[in-house]
Amino acid sequence: MSTPLSASVDVEAVTARPRLATGFWRRALRHRSFVIGGALSLMVLFAALLSLVWTPWSAYEIDVTAKLRPPSATHWLGTDVLGRDIVSLLLVGARSTIMVGVIAVSIGLTFGVCLGLIAAARKGWTEEIIMRMSDFTFAFPAVLSAIMLAAVAGPGMVTSIVAIGIFQIPTLVRLTRGSANAIWAREFVLAARASGKGGFRITIEHVLPNVLPILIVQATIQFALAILAEAALSYLGLGTQPPQPSWGRMLNDAQTLLFQSPMLAVYPGAAIAIAVLGLNLLGDGLRDLLDPRLARER
Amino acid sequence: MSDTANAPLIEVRDLGVRLNTSRGPAQAVRGVSFSLRRGETLGLVGESGCGKSVTALALMGLLPESAVVSGSIRLDGHELVGLSDANYCKLRGNRISMIFQEPMTALNPMHTIGRQVAEPLRRHTNCSAADARREAIALLDRVGLPDAAKRVDAYPHQFSGGQRQRITIAMALACQPDVLIADEPTTALDVTIQGQILDLIADLVAERGMSMILISHDLGVIAENVQRMMVMYGGIVVESGATNTVFTRMGHPYTQGLFRARPRLGARKGTRLQTIAGTVPELADLPSGCTFADRCGIVEDRCRVALPAVVDVGARHGVRCIRTDVSMAETVGAVEHDHA
Ligand SMILES: Nc1ncnc2c1ncn2[C@@H]1O[C@H](COP(=O)(O)OP(=O)(O)OP(=O)(O)O)[C@@H](O)[C@H]1O
Ligand code: SF4
Ligand SMILES: [Mg+2]
Repeated sequence: MSTPLSASVDVEAVTARPRLATGFWRRALRHRSFVIGGALSLMVLFAALLSLVWTPWSAYEIDVTAKLRPPSATHWLGTDVLGRDIVSLLLVGARSTIMVGVIAVSIGLTFGVCLGLIAAARKGWTEEIIMRMSDFTFAFPAVLSAIMLAAVAGPGMVTSIVAIGIFQIPTLVRLTRGSANAIWAREFVLAARASGKGGFRITIEHVLPNVLPILIVQATIQFALAILAEAALSYLGLGTQPPQPSWGRMLNDAQTLLFQSPMLAVYPGAAIAIAVLGLNLLGDGLRDLLDPRLARER
Repeated sequence: MSDTANAPLIEVRDLGVRLNTSRGPAQAVRGVSFSLRRGETLGLVGESGCGKSVTALALMGLLPESAVVSGSIRLDGHELVGLSDANYCKLRGNRISMIFQEPMTALNPMHTIGRQVAEPLRRHTNCSAADARREAIALLDRVGLPDAAKRVDAYPHQFSGGQRQRITIAMALACQPDVLIADEPTTALDVTIQGQILDLIADLVAERGMSMILISHDLGVIAENVQRMMVMYGGIVVESGATNTVFTRMGHPYTQGLFRARPRLGARKGTRLQTIAGTVPELADLPSGCTFADRCGIVEDRCRVALPAVVDVGARHGVRCIRTDVSMAETVGAVEHDHA
């Protein structure tokens, strides 16, 4: 029978992808940046989940008599200028951060991936219009679109989510279109077309699954960017509004007391750094684990 | 079916394809005409870049959007040139199927082979998932995949090149197409497996009464597998006829060159392998007149004036050369035709 005499052709890296399912966790647990990034990200996620059921103190309760306390057994990291417990603020802040990040990245992914896939599938003027539109949007950073949106709809969490979401779209459109175009050029797509599949089914069944690893990696990076953007917008007073705690707001509050109580700025700063670093490391790890070739392409 | 038994299944008239190349638009295929009846087999042979795949893709309606196709392709009397993609989708994989050169890349690495073989069935016929799966296993078994029932849920990377080509064949044949286009189906395979795959294709074609267009750059493959053949050079059919007729007496200097250049087993030691001087011209700078003029040993000035017309040198044996009297003075083919 046809024994694999042609072992030399068996090296195509991509075709080995389904094997990942079995070996993924084994390799993942040996991957340093995946493990560290995953741990840090999980920490933030845990903080947010914990805040739903328990915080040491209420994050909304103002007690001016207990303001600016140093760390102690009752207030582990002390209190802020309104007497709120810092640990509780950080925990609830994690919730805002994750919520804004998840919704904004979802907006970005939904629109970015759909538009990118359509551009790659339809080519021609459809692609041209989508790409020009995304170039146009790309020219507006999140802060700028948030300011414009805030002018129309007023500042707030929803405004910042929408602004950050819109800001995510162009990057994801470009990435999706680029990767999708590469898949469209592959022979198995030609073979699928030869078997009578239309553009829609090819996109769903062949293109999307093959660009998914790239999108997962990018989504973690976009999440980190969204967290930074959320912090920046809240810091500027355009994002999450008081009394809703958020890391960006905490930074803003700490600003006036920078010399008096510098630690008030350090805690939210560290929280933001942990979340962003964790997600970036996680993204790097996923990139290596999901597709070894991606690490080299970038 | 019986009423169409004698009418051509596929009729191609004056097919032309204009492509956008890096050096501007170029005519990749010109004036290709042929017709194929049900059950007939046709070979397409020529060097790399002569337009074999472009011709095949034109038949499948799979050329890039920017390509301009002219002439006429009729399937059962229905014109395919200019057909909308939605309508073409109904034909592809159903009435016309294609097998590609690279079995390693022609399968989606993310899907099981069973799913990929069953898919055309699910799409073109209204059979249930279970029926499609059963049919897929039967097909995989028929194309000689060992343990088909057990391996139907395996992924492409778990198979060797030869096995994968068997899988793509099963995929192409799932819906019992009328026409099978095989574009160098064995080029990427080990020599030992090439013969097996070609035999399998030949068996299936005979068994199902399909018409086949077999593309190859190997004259030997063509000699053994098809009834009629066309030799292409520079996007033009330079010689066509029944395989036997052409191999008995080759008319075009290019066909003769290909024949002399083929490697032969058991050639006497020290026999130099003949080659055709020069290289295949770039599409963008094909010479005017005879496309082969720059490499032809018996070229004359008048060869370069206009594209030579097809000259009948025998029964249904056409040659696009104005000097067949010279080229055919010495018989190339029969004497050396060893079928090895
Ligand atoms: N999509 C395309 N865009 C531009 N030029 C193309 C395209 N596809 C093929 N060509 C050109 O058309 C010519 C014919 O190509 P084709 O693929 O038909 O050759 P072929 O005879 O199949 O060769 P091979 O034996 O290498 O497969 C070549 O010069 C090639 O560069
Ligand atoms: S037409 Fe002239 S150049 Fe072309 S093959 Fe014949 S002899 Fe050679
Ligand atoms: Mg080819």
